[in-house]
Amino acid sequence: MTEVFQFGVEPITCHAWNKERTKLALSLNDNEVNIYSRQPGTGDWVLEHTLSGHDLRVTGVDWAPNTNRIVTCSADRNAYVWCQDESGKWSPTLVLLRINRAATCVRWSPQENKFAVGSGARLISVCYFEQENNWWVSKHIKKPIRSTITTLDWHPNNILLAAGSSDFKVRIFSAWIKDIEPKPSATSWGAKMPLGQLMTEFSNSTGGGGWVHGVSFSCDGNRVCWVGHDSSVSVADASREMAKTQLKTPHLPFTAVTWISKNTLLAAGHGCCPMVYAVEDSGKLTFVSKLDVAQKKEASSLSAMRKFKSLDRTARTDSSDTTLATLHQNTITGIQILKGDKAGATSVSTCGSDSYLILWNFKDLPDTIADELLCHPITAWMAEPRTQSLEESIAELKLA
Amino acid sequence: MSKNTSSSEFRQLDVDQYNEDNFREEDGEVTLPAGIDEDTVINLLNKGEEQEALRLLLANAPSASKGCNEQAKDLALSLVMKVLLNKSINKTKMDEIIGQLDQSLLDVLMKYIYRGFENPSEGSSALLLQWHEKVFNVAGIGCIVRVLSDRKRV
Repeated sequence: MTEVFQFGVEPITCHAWNKERTKLALSLNDNEVNIYSRQPGTGDWVLEHTLSGHDLRVTGVDWAPNTNRIVTCSADRNAYVWCQDESGKWSPTLVLLRINRAATCVRWSPQENKFAVGSGARLISVCYFEQENNWWVSKHIKKPIRSTITTLDWHPNNILLAAGSSDFKVRIFSAWIKDIEPKPSATSWGAKMPLGQLMTEFSNSTGGGGWVHGVSFSCDGNRVCWVGHDSSVSVADASREMAKTQLKTPHLPFTAVTWISKNTLLAAGHGCCPMVYAVEDSGKLTFVSKLDVAQKKEASSLSAMRKFKSLDRTARTDSSDTTLATLHQNTITGIQILKGDKAGATSVSTCGSDSYLILWNFKDLPDTIADELLCHPITAWMAEPRTQSLEESIAELKLA
Repeated sequence: MSKNTSSSEFRQLDVDQYNEDNFREEDGEVTLPAGIDEDTVINLLNKGEEQEALRLLLANAPSASKGCNEQAKDLALSLVMKVLLNKSINKTKMDEIIGQLDQSLLDVLMKYIYRGFENPSEGSSALLLQWHEKVFNVAGIGCIVRVLSDRKRV
């Protein structure tokens, strides 16, 4: 089942899950982060805690699954690491980011011993815990960033960092902190990795254009994908000499993207509908299916009551129905993997400016979508259990 | 801790101008390549090869950021308009022409259509709206988004 939840009327700017996926942290476009837990019986979300510490709008939140710590960053130029004590209370620790513009995004590294914060100060703060002083400190990656960092993602090796920026570039940096980590081994992106080393750089478009809204490293770390404001989806492959392939889509721009298998992408954004893209080994990108069946509501016959109501309200006789055919009614602002990982996800969650949080279960998609997914060899895995169950049921029928 | 202030005066100041490594457009001189000028376009139009004329112009469109190479851009615009507003192109011909352009050229064509709207001449807007509708049907809303978001203009 696709589950739809609404958390009020304010936009959800960002959301994050705990390890067991029983709790949810989200920010309703204000200076607080709410933690909800799901009631086992009813399935309702109950507000458990409110993390208030920021003065301005929270722009990013990330929940470290294993160490159970939450990091938040905000337009007030601060980041907090929140830890839970025995009584369940969350308490913040301030992180010294040393930036003079708003922080825009934050991500824990895979090993959870450091995190990276992007900001409007045209730099990335890589933060780690300094044992002797008992505080979080940051080191800066500055060059050659020319504009705001809008999005970040870590390479699975805990060292490399992909950063998308509003100077229309995607850059791969090394974020190796030599004080806390052993020397990293070489990757397909390069061998020399001092902190701040620019491993490679990709332009979103040849003409220059399209802020980068989302980046994601693939599960093996060899490929990076991103989406930009020119409605494009791009993939670059380090194992194939940094070959870049781009698909300029006919849709509204995407704001978020993630890998959901080795060769499958899920992108969502201003079009309010998550879309599945297949990436062939050659790098070729193909659109496969929307994850949302557009249910055009039947135009109900105009009753006299509604006619006059509409005439009264909008001075028009035709009813002005502004509901979209998609589940999300406004821009999707974030995607998180709910079950599985980038190597094979079975369920994802999206949050949007319409205050909706929607849980998409790939194992239970409508037939029309499943058929489209099955048509493409790369995405068939998303719909596969269905075919098995179909075969099983046929076998059962034969037995009967 | 920083607080929001009610004053917005400070926003009038461009504090970034004092930074050394500001974002800069990477622009070079761009012109229409030699051999593509008014004569070639008119020749092709006279021969009834609007398709070829348009393809040639779109593929070699001089595009640069705002305020850069305006002269070359204006010249190219006037040539493209000669083709788009050509009387001999009817609706079916439009479909035919658009159907043969690939997606990157359609993006450029859409840019020219919007440029054409900026400086209308007698009857031009009605024709350009027809072009707009047909390009939109093929390339979708993404095509318009790219006109808006692209730094390089035609």
